[in-house]
Amino acid sequence: MLANHLVILPILIPLFAALLQLLPWGDNPQRYRRIIGITASSLTLITAIWLVGSVQDEVLVYALGSWQAPFGIVLVADKLAALMVALTAVLALPVLIFACHGEDNLGSHFQALYQFQILGIMGAFLTGDLFNLFVFFEILLISSYALLMHGGGKLKLRATLHYVVLNLTGSALFLISLGVLYGITGTLNMADMAGKVAVLEGDDAALARAGGMLLFVVFGLKAALLPLYFWLPQAYANTTGTVAALFAIMTKVGIYAIIRVFTMIFGADAGESSNLAQDWLWWLGLFTIFIGALGVLGSRDLRLVVAYLVLVSVGTMLTTLSLGHTDAIGALLFYLVHSTLVTAALFLLADLIAEQRGKTASRIVKGRKMAQHNLLGGLFFLAAITVIGMPPLSGFVSKLFILEAARTGAQVVFLWPLILGATFLMMIALSRAGSRMFWHTFEGKPNETTHPKWQHASVVMLLLSAVALTVFAQPISKYTDAIAIQLTTPFEYISSVLPTGGPDE
Amino acid sequence: METLYAITVGTLTACSVFLILRGRSFPIVIGITMLSYAVNLFLFSTGRLTVNELPLVGLSESSSDPLPQALVLTAIVIGFAMTAYSIILAVRVRGEIGSDEVNDSNYAEQEGQR
Repeated sequence: MLANHLVILPILIPLFAALLQLLPWGDNPQRYRRIIGITASSLTLITAIWLVGSVQDEVLVYALGSWQAPFGIVLVADKLAALMVALTAVLALPVLIFACHGEDNLGSHFQALYQFQILGIMGAFLTGDLFNLFVFFEILLISSYALLMHGGGKLKLRATLHYVVLNLTGSALFLISLGVLYGITGTLNMADMAGKVAVLEGDDAALARAGGMLLFVVFGLKAALLPLYFWLPQAYANTTGTVAALFAIMTKVGIYAIIRVFTMIFGADAGESSNLAQDWLWWLGLFTIFIGALGVLGSRDLRLVVAYLVLVSVGTMLTTLSLGHTDAIGALLFYLVHSTLVTAALFLLADLIAEQRGKTASRIVKGRKMAQHNLLGGLFFLAAITVIGMPPLSGFVSKLFILEAARTGAQVVFLWPLILGATFLMMIALSRAGSRMFWHTFEGKPNETTHPKWQHASVVMLLLSAVALTVFAQPISKYTDAIAIQLTTPFEYISSVLPTGGPDE
Repeated sequence: METLYAITVGTLTACSVFLILRGRSFPIVIGITMLSYAVNLFLFSTGRLTVNELPLVGLSESSSDPLPQALVLTAIVIGFAMTAYSIILAVRVRGEIGSDEVNDSNYAEQEGQR
């Protein structure tokens, strides 16, 4: 019974948890809200793992209200969607545990907003309908607007204003592109649209390409691709650590949407519109890596450094995507998992470091010793070598996969120097930050602020998953390669969604 | 009818882009609201513009597409919520920072301290 509805559970659990958390819970509501939140996130994690197990042999399709595609809205769980859902769940639980030790008291209804955010992210990963994707984008955006301001303060307000205005404009563009694509193809179901776009010719194909490029702009804005990334550093650097850590998955929603739309609808088999975004992805991705690396080097604040690290990872992923073959997509997905977990850990760590340093906060200057100096230093060291990509942890493995994926001469000439150069700049920036904050401290008594064990534990949990990613690199890369094969041959997805009268293949 | 409709949507979009590019939060909010009107009109037209046709099968000789109408309804609801939120946010920014400029000079100084 429950297994039939497995696909919708990652959406329903956070929804009901958030609704429960909004009820009045008496004099001390936060305690109950935390219990509900942690229970819900654990349940989501269990369902996500169950989902990954069940999509190994088939693509699960859940027709809402039993209205069959392409007329009804469907949720589709293929291997990629299951991976992203599992990644979100693995990220959400430790971050929530971290938030439950004080940060959720900085503003009202943090817990409910957190669950709504998870709901939107899960929905965006699971839906098989473009308009439904827009709706889930709006759900995750409106909770992110509120979460970004969590805790208040002028800097946060201003960063939020920029973020809101940009994303509202992005939503308008999204609707325009949906209008164009619906006007041409007469469908919003992604699998159905893939078949319809492939047979377009002449002017119709040109219009569909215009719609596709508009979608690319929208997803590029979400993913923080080069000319559209300006909102990211300020927004991520000024918000609280937990929110920034949760937002580590938000750019990946944009990347997921790019992967989905530009491998299936505008992929290799799309007739006149085939490989629409390939060249754009390649050049913009390379420039994003470059600018991100410069940003890492030029930032004088640890949080800003981590925000630019997100930018470097976005560039790396999209450049790798543009290579297009299965090995590249497999490598990109492996890197995606690694970078999400480790940047989240770094954002949480930056929060701990900033609070324990007192007045100097997260600025990279000489300051007082921290109360839990060695512990934080050790964790920072571990997180830094992982994110830079030095052996032996997951960063190294995933960068190796990406470098191997570059095949032709031109690809190697551009990709290798940029990725290795960015790695070098990241190493300089992070070792400078680490030595300033942990070694060049003032003499005398350390600060008194300490943090509870559970907050360290949640950072350790995130870092341990990076270690697990190294230890189990082979089975995981096998799974990401299987995803890549499913993505480059979208027939399985399309025929599962449209069992009768599918595309003309 | 198509020409008039296209000119309307185009004018609305152009005006809203102009307003969004202003440096103060109030024109930007108005611009975004206007853009959402333009987008809603545009979405509505994707089902093709027809007169005297019901979105129901069998009641008139030919029927118009009901889906764009449903999409516009959804877009209106979401756009309404977003507009309300952005107005509140703009007022809050005006209150806390004391200026409704999107990038004011104080901001650049705070940037310099980082």
